[in-house]
Formats: sequence, C-alpha cells, structure tokens
Amino acid sequence: MKPAPFDYVQVTSVAEALDALAADPDQSKLLAGGQSLVPMMNFRLARPAVLIDINRADELNGVARDGGRLRIGATTRHLQLQNLGGDDALSSLLRRAAVHIGHLPIRTVGTFGGSLAHCDAASEWCLVARLLDAEISTASRERGVRTIAAENFFQSLFTTAMLPDEMLTAVALPLLDDQHHAGFVEFARRAGDFAIVSAAVLVRTVDGVIRTARVCLGGVSSVPFRSSAAEAVLLGQPWSEDGCAARVSAAAADAAATEVAPTGDMHGSEDFRRDLVRALVPRALAQAADSTRNRMRSR
Amino acid sequence: MACAQTTPTVESTKSQASQAWVGRTIPRVEDPPLLCGQGTFVADIAAGDNCLYAAFIRSSVASGRLVSVTAPPGVHLVVAADLTAKPIRPLLLRPEYVPIDMPILADEVVRFVGEPVAAVFGRTQAEAEDAAEQVQVEIDRLPAVVSVADALADGAPLVHPVHFPTDPNVAIDARRETDGFHAAMKAADRRISIQVSCGRQSAMPMEARASHVSIDRSTGRITLTTTAQMPHVIRTGLCDSLGIPEDQLRVVVPDVGGAFGAKQPLAREDVVLIHVARQLGRSVAWIETREENFLAAWHSREQVYQLTGGFSTDGTLLCLQSEITSDVGAYSCYPVTFGVEALMAMNELPGPYACPEYSGHSRAILTNKCPVAPYRGVARPVLTMAMERLMEVAAAELGLGRVEIRLKNVVKEYPHRQATGFVIDPSSHVEALEQAVAATDFDAHARRKEEAAKHGRLLGIGMSVFSESSGFGTSAFAERKMAITPGYEKVQMSFDPSGNVVLRIGASPHGQGLRTTLSQIVADELGVDPSRVRVIHSDTDATPYGWGTFASRSLVIAGGASKLAGAKLREQIKAIAASMLECDARDIRLRDGNAEVTGTSVRVSIDEIARLAHHNSQLLPEGLDVGLDATATYDPKGTFSNSVHVAEVEVDPATGQTTILRYLVIEDAGVMVNPQIVEGQIRGGVAQGIGNALYEELLYDERGVLTTTSLLDFLPPTMAEVPTIEIQHLETISDFTVTGAKGVGEGGTMGAPAAILNAINDALASTGGAVTHVPATPQRVREAIRQAQRGKEESA
Ligand SMILES: Cc1cc2nc3c(=O)[nH]c(=O)nc-3n(C[C@H](O)[C@H](O)[C@H](O)COP(=O)(O)OP(=O)(O)OC[C@H]3O[C@@H](n4cnc5c(N)ncnc54)[C@H](O)[C@@H]3O)c2cc1C
Repeated sequence: MKPAPFDYVQVTSVAEALDALAADPDQSKLLAGGQSLVPMMNFRLARPAVLIDINRADELNGVARDGGRLRIGATTRHLQLQNLGGDDALSSLLRRAAVHIGHLPIRTVGTFGGSLAHCDAASEWCLVARLLDAEISTASRERGVRTIAAENFFQSLFTTAMLPDEMLTAVALPLLDDQHHAGFVEFARRAGDFAIVSAAVLVRTVDGVIRTARVCLGGVSSVPFRSSAAEAVLLGQPWSEDGCAARVSAAAADAAATEVAPTGDMHGSEDFRRDLVRALVPRALAQAADSTRNRMRSR
Repeated sequence: MACAQTTPTVESTKSQASQAWVGRTIPRVEDPPLLCGQGTFVADIAAGDNCLYAAFIRSSVASGRLVSVTAPPGVHLVVAADLTAKPIRPLLLRPEYVPIDMPILADEVVRFVGEPVAAVFGRTQAEAEDAAEQVQVEIDRLPAVVSVADALADGAPLVHPVHFPTDPNVAIDARRETDGFHAAMKAADRRISIQVSCGRQSAMPMEARASHVSIDRSTGRITLTTTAQMPHVIRTGLCDSLGIPEDQLRVVVPDVGGAFGAKQPLAREDVVLIHVARQLGRSVAWIETREENFLAAWHSREQVYQLTGGFSTDGTLLCLQSEITSDVGAYSCYPVTFGVEALMAMNELPGPYACPEYSGHSRAILTNKCPVAPYRGVARPVLTMAMERLMEVAAAELGLGRVEIRLKNVVKEYPHRQATGFVIDPSSHVEALEQAVAATDFDAHARRKEEAAKHGRLLGIGMSVFSESSGFGTSAFAERKMAITPGYEKVQMSFDPSGNVVLRIGASPHGQGLRTTLSQIVADELGVDPSRVRVIHSDTDATPYGWGTFASRSLVIAGGASKLAGAKLREQIKAIAASMLECDARDIRLRDGNAEVTGTSVRVSIDEIARLAHHNSQLLPEGLDVGLDATATYDPKGTFSNSVHVAEVEVDPATGQTTILRYLVIEDAGVMVNPQIVEGQIRGGVAQGIGNALYEELLYDERGVLTTTSLLDFLPPTMAEVPTIEIQHLETISDFTVTGAKGVGEGGTMGAPAAILNAINDALASTGGAVTHVPATPQRVREAIRQAQRGKEESA
C-alpha cells in the first residue's frame, strides 16, 4: 500500500498553484487535505506524476461574510466549519453537516474545497452545496476565473465541471434569514462512516406556510439528488413551531422514495436505500423545526 | 449442587503459598512499552535492517489454470518452479478427513482470489510494489465454486482433483449419534427446528501478518521473526516443507498487534521468504497489507446450523439433532486443519445444556475462497447462537419463559458428561442465570418494551448461556485425531544468582498479559515479588518446546506448569534455607522474599540462597544440584468456564439500525489470577462478538471475487459502537486445574452474537419479523420487517 513514485511541489499562493498546474494539467493533482487523494494513491487508483500541495496557500483558507453570502475558501478544514459560530440557520446547518464527516482527525485536515472537487456521492458538503445552490469559483491560467452553479458543478461520480488545469478557489453560500429552516441527517452503519443515504432540507416559511422547499438526497444517485416530488408535496403546507404535520412529512418522504432510482451495492440495496429515504426525510424536516426552535429559545 | 466451592486437589501446594498475588489486579507489565510507542513489531525490525521487501502477486480469479507469470528483466521474480519446498499437508487421522495439499506458491492451478502465485522484491516496500505492477500473470479462467450450494450441485467442478469419499468437494463428512437418539426423538412431545447462519468473518488483527528472515553469516542458521501464535509448531512445519533439520531455524515472535487465531496457521509466504533469504544470503521482509490480509490471511465462521430439539411439554430437552455445514474455502490450515470449525461445531453441541441423546452431522465443504482457520471462539459463537435461538423458539412455542426453559435445561450436577463425551467440570450455570436475571431485571423488560412501543420504539432483550471449553490437553486433542497433537505445556524455571526468577515457557502470549499473570502465580509459589519474575517466551532458541497461545489454554496450562515448577523450586529453596538456618525444611515458609522459620523472626533472604546455590555450591545440602532450576509439564484434561450474556437493544424500525443499550456479562472463570486481565479478555471478546453480530462480513461476488477488501467495506465496531460492558464474576473453583483457573480468552466472542440476535428478534416480535443470519445488518433487519409486512398483507 505505497503510492507509485511522484514529484512533490509546494506552493504558497493561488498564482503559483495555477502556474504549477498549467505545466502539466493531466499528470498533476492538487493536494489539499489528502484524505481522499492519499488513500487513492496508496491503492494506486490515482497515480499523479506531480503533487501540488496547496496547504500553504493561506489565501485559500477561511470563512468570511461577503454581502449576502458566506464565502468559504477551498482549504477551509471541515473542523473550522464544525466550529463555526453564529446562531443563524446557515451556520447551524454547516455545523450539523460537518460532524458527520469521518472522524476528528479527518475533519482536522480534510477540506471543504477538496470534498467538492472530489465529488463523492456520499459527501456531506456536496449535498449542502446542492441544497443551497452554492456558487463555486474556479481559476486557471488558460480559462481565468469561472463561477459554476452547484447544479452544473457535480456531473457524476468523482467528476465535476472543472477541467484538469482548473482549481477550486472558493465557494459562496447564501446567508439564511429567520424565515429559513434547515436540517441535515444521514444514516451510516457506524459513527464516522460515509453515509449510505443522507437527506438535507431547507424550507422558507412566510406566515406559517412553506413558500419554498428544497429536499436534497445523497447516496441515491452518483451526485446529490434534488427531489422535486418531495418539494412539491411540501410547498404551500402549513409550518408551525413543530414543523410540518407528520402526515405531510410522510407524504414528502414517500414522494422522494418513489422518485429516486438508487443503484444497490454492498453497502445498501436499492430497496434499503429507498427505505432510508423514507426514514430520513421526515427526520430532516423535524430537525429543521427543532433547530429553529432552539435558536429562538437561546436568543 | 451447582457452584459448590469444591476443594482443589492440589491442597498441599495451595495452602503453602500466601496467595498474596493471585487474585489481585496489578498493572500489566506488558503495557508501558506498548503505550509509550516502545513496542517492537516485525515491521520495526525490518525498518532497522537493510533488508529486501517482498510483495506477493496474487490471483485475481477464483479458479483457473495458471498459464504464465512473467516479468521484465531486472525484476527479481520467484514462482512455484523456483522453489524446491514441499507443499503443506495438514493432517487429521480420521477416515472422513480428505487431506489437501497447499503448494507454497500456486502451481498450474489457482484456487482463490488472493492465492499467492509469485513474489517480487525491492529495497523498499514501495519498490517491491512497483516491481509487482510489472509482473504479467496469465490465467485461463475456470468455473468457480463460490458457495456451498455451488459445491454440492450436480456436476460441480472439483476444487481439488482428489477422491472424496462421500460427496464431491466434501472434505469432512462427520457423524456421531447416541444409541438412544432415534427412540428419544420419536418419543418427544414436541420437535422444534431452527436454522441460523453466520457470514464469513475476518479476525482482522490490527497488525496484519509480517515476517522478517535473516541468515546468520557464520553458521547459515536462519532466524524467522514473525507474527505467529505457535512458534515451535510453525518451525516444525516450515522445516518439514523446506527439508531442513529444526535446529537450522530459529523462530522468534516479537510484539504482535493482535492475532485471534488468524496468526496460528503456517503462512506459506514464509517459506518463500526463507527460500529467497537463503538464496541471496540477505535479509528479506514481508509486511502484509490490509488488503492482502482480507484476501488471504484466513477467514472463518461461514457456517449454517439446522437444529431440531425434541422437547417434553414441560420444556425438557430430551434430544438434539444437528446438521451443520462449514464453507472452508480452498485449503486446509497447518497444523489444526479445516476440521476445527466443523468438528468443534458437531462435538460441542448442545453447549451448557444437559441433553442425553444427540445426533450430529457436520460437513466441511471446499469452495474457491480463502481458506478458513480458527478465529477466537472458532465454531462456538455460531453454535451458541444456534442453541440459544432454539431455546428462544422452544420457549415461545411451548409457552414457557425464556429464563425458565434455560433454567430447566442447564447442567446442574458436576462433573457432567455430555452425550459427545465432554466432561463439564464444576460450574455455575444456575447461579449465573439467576444473577443475570436479577442484575438486568430481565422479567420486567416486557413492561419497558410495552412503554416504548407506545412511542413507536422497538426494545428487545436477549441472553445467551454457554460454557467455554478451555485449557485442553493432549488427551482432548488426541481424541480429535490431530496428526500433530497439541496439549501439554512445559516450563523451565530458574533463579539467577541475584535472586531473580527466569521462567521460560512454550506458550506464546501476544497480548494476553501472560507475563503478568504467570509472574503472579510464580510469586505466590516462591514468596517473591512478581517484579522479580521474568517470563521468556516466543523464541524457539530460548524456550522449551510448546504449543503456543490459542484456545484459551495458556493461563490454564502454562500457568499450571509454572505453579508446579514453582512448587519444586520452593522445596529446593526450603532445603537450602533449612541447612543454612539449621532447622527442618518443613518449618520453613517463603514470604516477602525471605525463607523464614515459621513463627519466628529467623530468616534468610531468597537472594542470599540464590547466590549460595550458584557461588558456594560446596555449602549446598547433600543431594541438591547446583543452581536453582526446575522443569515442569502440565497436561490437563480441560475445563469449562461459564457465562451468561444479556443484551438490551433498540431497533429503529425505519432504518433497521440496532443500538445496544446495555450489555452485561456474568462470568465464571474460576480463580481469577488478575481480575483486570480477565475483564480485558471479556471486553475485547465482546467487542469482536458485536462485530460478528452487527457489522462484520466478508462478501464475495458471484465470480468469487472478494469485494470487502478494505476498512471502507469490512466494518469492525469502533469505540462508538461498543457500549460499556458490565461484568460480574462468579468464582467456582474447579479441581480440574491445578491453579483453579479456567480459560477465559474466547467467551466474549462466543456469547455476544447469540445475546444480540435474540435481543433483536425480541424487539422485532411485534413486527412478526425475525433475523437468523449474522451480521444482522440494518438492511437484513429491514428485509425481515418488510417480509413480515408482506406476509401479513397477503394473508389479510
Ligand atoms: C476514514 C475516512 C472517512 C471519511 N469520511 C468521510 C465522510 O463521511 N464524508 C465525506 O464527505 N468525506 C469523508 N472522507 C473524505 C474527506 O472528507 C476528505 O477530506 C475529502 O473528501 C477530500 O478533501 P481533502 O481536502 O482531503 O482533498 P484531497 O484528498 O487532498 O483531494 C481530493 C481530490 O480533490 C482534488 N482537489 C483538492 N483540492 C482541490 C482544489 N482546491 N481544486 C481542485 N481540486 C482539488 C485533489 O486533486 C483530489 O483529486 C473520509 C476520509 C477518510 C480517510
């Protein structure tokens, strides 16, 4: 379990990284937290000739408010997001998603940008990005700067809209006001395992009625899946302090379970994944209501 | 009566010692270096040596004809044709055993994915892996036998082209039956049948296998430093294969990161390493990867049990019939053979229950999969699950309580001879059950369950009752007809001139804390502090021939031998002390490092005695040899510890996830030499049993390719999944062992799958579903619930 031979380059800025990448994009890989790439190299499933380490490019790390958005630098660690302050719906959603990623040592080094670039079907951050219509910024020597909507960014398993000479620099997420209620739940066999199925929901309510609804599911297709059937069920339904009626969330769950077309594998059959969708959608909705309630209470 | 505190037969030796150290929790002497990162493992030794690293090229197909193995020039390639070593042929001397040869490297035919076909070498592990990538292997694929059903199908391909006396691919076909069985079954009021099965398991030691071979330049002697449980026996096997006398090979086992049975068998890879090291006159190491460990380092437990119990209406088990199949993979393991699971399964039923009539049929079936070997508990986790499932189902069908039916049937009079010939020594089955019921308020659980059900929650409670066979000596293994018959342990004990004790043992502890526990036993015999006792093990140059560490035997047998040797040395010390103090040896007692005249303050230190015995031998009493040495061998018949496990679980009906809410073990291991070590054994075993019950399974696809080759796919429980394990002790002192101690190495793994499966099925009762295969994964639980729902809908 040792990697094939490679060269190692360390960069301290985005500009240096882009230069290094431009030299031989097809044979190079950016090294962020290394929590996905290094295991793949050890299994010799990935064999880059050059590894470009971006961990010392400080400009890539950090979280900042920028107008109505939260800007997350590519090498922001999972743990930084788990420890994010703020009592708004977005911060609490990020914290709730972050705790599910692997174990503490993985969260200490693994990065937000690395997760999106890696595009694992079970990734928490990919699901969050899709749920919130993230805008993903990339840069390259040849193509300059691009902003790609999450909807178009995740293309298929381990495949994004980025080209080999591009790097992900930052991601912008919309801030969420008090009309928003967000929840994130997942099912894994053991604490810290990749989710078999995950569910993220976001509803916006006005005067106790759901005006917009987002239901995104992980583990049921190669990229995060948006269940428009479940969203249609939720739209226009009443929303109280306790969220929506049990009947409504069950109907939304059913709609989602019917709509998805998962493929089974050794971690979960098609039927089992549908069962999990049915189990998780109501829990995500309940958590959304819960977290709003807690927030209001603590203010 | 159960649990009478039987008087030990070795009264004389027992009453002599002050019993100050046995029974006390003292910190394990093994721990400080391990905790400080100062352990020495094989990979550390390799890293400190300018050695070559081997990488093995393994078959990627389950069954096929090996056409060619080639590598570009510059790659040092070793294939079967380069070797002169003989294949490994583990033997049982039983007519129903089919001997199977295992070549050192696959020759002409490959029989499982992961089978080694060649080896290459590099100056680092990475270089060896680079070289491995350049090797081209051409194999003509043949139809593979991937399951028991495949193996037994009409016209099935043969895994080995040998004569099978009963059915093709059936390598063991064993039966036993008591004379009165048929009449009893016929006469029974109720015949109740169950089936349970267990998925393939990996013992999955944290450290995979590793070996380092060096050659002594002046003598040509070989030293193999390896992760083995049976260093002496492995040496015999390797020398037989290589055709060299045993004194040419020294086997050393340094610190080992877990073994659990998977490091008991001879590793064919070691033969290749020795061959190459001798050829090049250079050290060679192999550090197995996790993937290789999953593919090729022995699997276990893939078994199906069908039991039928004949009961009277009051719940008395009158007779039992078993039908057992074990999928044993493609080869037999040296030295214990693939008979271990199949034969243990048949012979250790019906566990802790008295059942006069028995008919057993057990088959070991060859498949194109990784061979099986013992894994902590061997067949007993599954046979316990089978027996305990039978008790649950019988209780339900006969309208009896789950505790009631067990109380009715557990062995109560000791010693008790089972229908299969095993003799259960004084145990505490009734007391353990009663204590477990009281501690968990077992009978009130129904109320807790009802309450939870109102909120849509499914709670369940389950138990398992079992005996753990342990400390078996030569007679027991001879009964199994093993060509190589383990059993005894021999120890050599001596004082050095400074008064420290050196104890050399043939057992080979690798995490069990035996250095600590033996020092406690010896300390009591000799009246010295345990810190003065050094235990030397796991080096064939420095220890008497012995069988190593497995099967919950070392504390019982090596501990017994240590006690006996200690008693001999004690007499020598007393004789010397008596002559020094001019008194009668019978008036001397050894205590706190001194030999003292009972009832007086007259004493001489043992240190002085040791010095005298070496340096002033002219002063030794007539008839005593110089120095202070003793040798003793202990070879007991075997003893049973006993336990009750209780698991309380919650099953999430929507996801099928099981959470263990409470886990209790009542354990009777006889005399506990060191309670903390006993508890450590239990807790580690239960953790593995939880893995077996809920998480771990090796899966092959329909072409015989192992799909669970990393820790992404094979899921041992972590600290987050293992609950607090509560332990309560009983201490029945058995006269079947000289120390009064019983083995306790495997019980944890044996009880957990049964208790947890019973608890899950208790929780599922209201859904009408039941799970009978472990691991009881969430998906399987969901399937059981869904199936029950479908059944209800159809019948509605
Ligand atoms: C035991 C274990 C458990 C885990 N569990 C989970 C889990 O539950 N959920 C989960 O989501 N993840 C999990 N992970 C993966 C972890 O979250 C990784 O950190 C993450 O997937 C990748 O981030 P990274 O920073 O480590 O990226 P790296 O491994 O360094 O890189 C991953 C890929 O992304 C590319 N890349 C990295 N950064 C950029 C960039 N800025 N621009 C363009 N390309 C880039 C790399 O070239 C590489 O191809 C687990 C990992 C381990 C080892």
